[in-house]
Amino acid sequence: MHGHSPLHRLAPQCKAAAAAGFAAAVAVTPGEAAWAFGACALALAVAARWGRIRFRFILARLVAVLPFVLFAFLIPFVASGERVEILGAAMSRPGLWAAWGILAKAVLGASAGILLTAVTEVPEIIRGLRRLRVPAALVAIAGFMVRYLELIAEDLGRMRLAMSARGWRGWGVRSARPLAAAAGTMFVRSYERGERVHAAMLARGYTGEMPDPARRPAPLSHWLAAGALPLWAAAVAVAARMTL
Amino acid sequence: MHAPDGFLNAGAAVATGAVSAGAVGACLRYTRSRLGDRQIPWAGMTAAFIFAAQMINFPVAAGTSGHLLGGALAAVLVGAPLGAVVMTTVVVIQSLVFADGGLTALGYNTLNLAVVPVFGGYAAFCLFRRMLPRTRPGAAAAAGLAGLVSVVLSAMAFSLEWLFGASAPVPFDRVFGAVVGVHVLIGAGEAAITALVTGAVLAARPDLVFGARYLDGRPEAGRARAGRARTAVIAGLLVSLFIAGAVSQFASDAPDGLERAAARLGVEGGEAPGWLPAADYAVRGINNPALSLAVAGMAGVLIAAAVTAGAVLAARGGPRPPPPGPGGRADP
Repeated sequence: MHGHSPLHRLAPQCKAAAAAGFAAAVAVTPGEAAWAFGACALALAVAARWGRIRFRFILARLVAVLPFVLFAFLIPFVASGERVEILGAAMSRPGLWAAWGILAKAVLGASAGILLTAVTEVPEIIRGLRRLRVPAALVAIAGFMVRYLELIAEDLGRMRLAMSARGWRGWGVRSARPLAAAAGTMFVRSYERGERVHAAMLARGYTGEMPDPARRPAPLSHWLAAGALPLWAAAVAVAARMTL
Repeated sequence: MHAPDGFLNAGAAVATGAVSAGAVGACLRYTRSRLGDRQIPWAGMTAAFIFAAQMINFPVAAGTSGHLLGGALAAVLVGAPLGAVVMTTVVVIQSLVFADGGLTALGYNTLNLAVVPVFGGYAAFCLFRRMLPRTRPGAAAAAGLAGLVSVVLSAMAFSLEWLFGASAPVPFDRVFGAVVGVHVLIGAGEAAITALVTGAVLAARPDLVFGARYLDGRPEAGRARAGRARTAVIAGLLVSLFIAGAVSQFASDAPDGLERAAARLGVEGGEAPGWLPAADYAVRGINNPALSLAVAGMAGVLIAAAVTAGAVLAARGGPRPPPPGPGGRADP
């Protein structure tokens, strides 16, 4: 799946910076300028098309913003300000605008993030962070985390299997204790795995610095291609601020 | 709890980003100086553990389930500075890879989900473990109570950020009441899970629980000092709460007049007092400005005191790696 489009092949640091820049530009766009969000969504759709990512893929992953969507639905009822009657309920007009703004920004920001992960492998993103001058230690820790996450999650799956074999039924308040025991075991196991990994790293000559493969900086063309998205969003944000 | 992009205004995002970056940078430097080359694999593995533990759904009551947030648990298991680094990594990866929390919201998400719960939770743990018996169940219970405190502190921090960077005209008092109220309930679940998990690790490998090292045979000489420390902590907290409440009462005398003027002019609710750099969104339509400001002041002092205490306590302890485990290792 990877490398199938020009968007996949862009340098990861350019794409990560573009996604963050796009989210930032959308975040400062005033909510009352509804057309601005449409323009940003359009740009994102063009980018997704260029990366041959199906919209269904992005929509399916948008569930992460659901809790805040629920919060946004509450705002018109609890907000202050002039009331308007909608479907027999009195709602606050500024509250409605604010809810719309929060919703639109959350969805657009999350979609940009989803598009980033859809066209960039996770280790690539983490390498991109290093290029974006995120502290080396934090990048290395994040790299370790995503590398071992799957193993630890599989460990958890095996423990669940063993629990089922011992007659555990996964419901009821009383099942919390065995679950906690599994989580505790998971901590001990991940610590011990960390020890093993550290020993292996020492054996391979680790001195506290993770090697940073000398990579050339991203070519200007990558920055220009990826930068089009945040630039468009920034232009829209400025236009929206001026027209209000 | 993972706020999306644009949930607070740009000023709040930048300010919390600066605070978080400073705090996490200091933690990274501190753990590096104490742990050396072990820092990276240990922190990475613990971050993977916290992430996986957050995926476990615990049945709470009446068909509802909750999951761990993990700030206090991380602080108790690996110490506050490393815990903050671990939780930050989890928050960053969740935002970057799983679109859970906005990229431009990383500043306040890191502050609310990593810095405040870890250091505040660690301070609470240290306080409770002095009040509870020096036994394993006592340590597990202290960890659980710290879990509750960490979640409530985190909710308070969020409400305070709302006071300064609100993106919707929902007054501070309503946000504070709702968010803190809900998180007391969430915190009860967090307390149960944190206590159970800490108890499980204590049963299997007590040497791995950083916060419980005091259990193995420290002489009773520390007892009197602990008592004095407890008195000092409680007295300091009470005094600062009183000062914050009293000062906010005085400071908010002005809005009453403003409120009357506003009412005459037909503007609903009070206006922000001039000195308060708050977004007027969060104070528009506030029900009782004096009380709300007192609450905000006290919450601010509480968070600052807890985080500072956590940092001081953590700096005194220092995250030394636990001794290597028993030689033969069974891997079932």
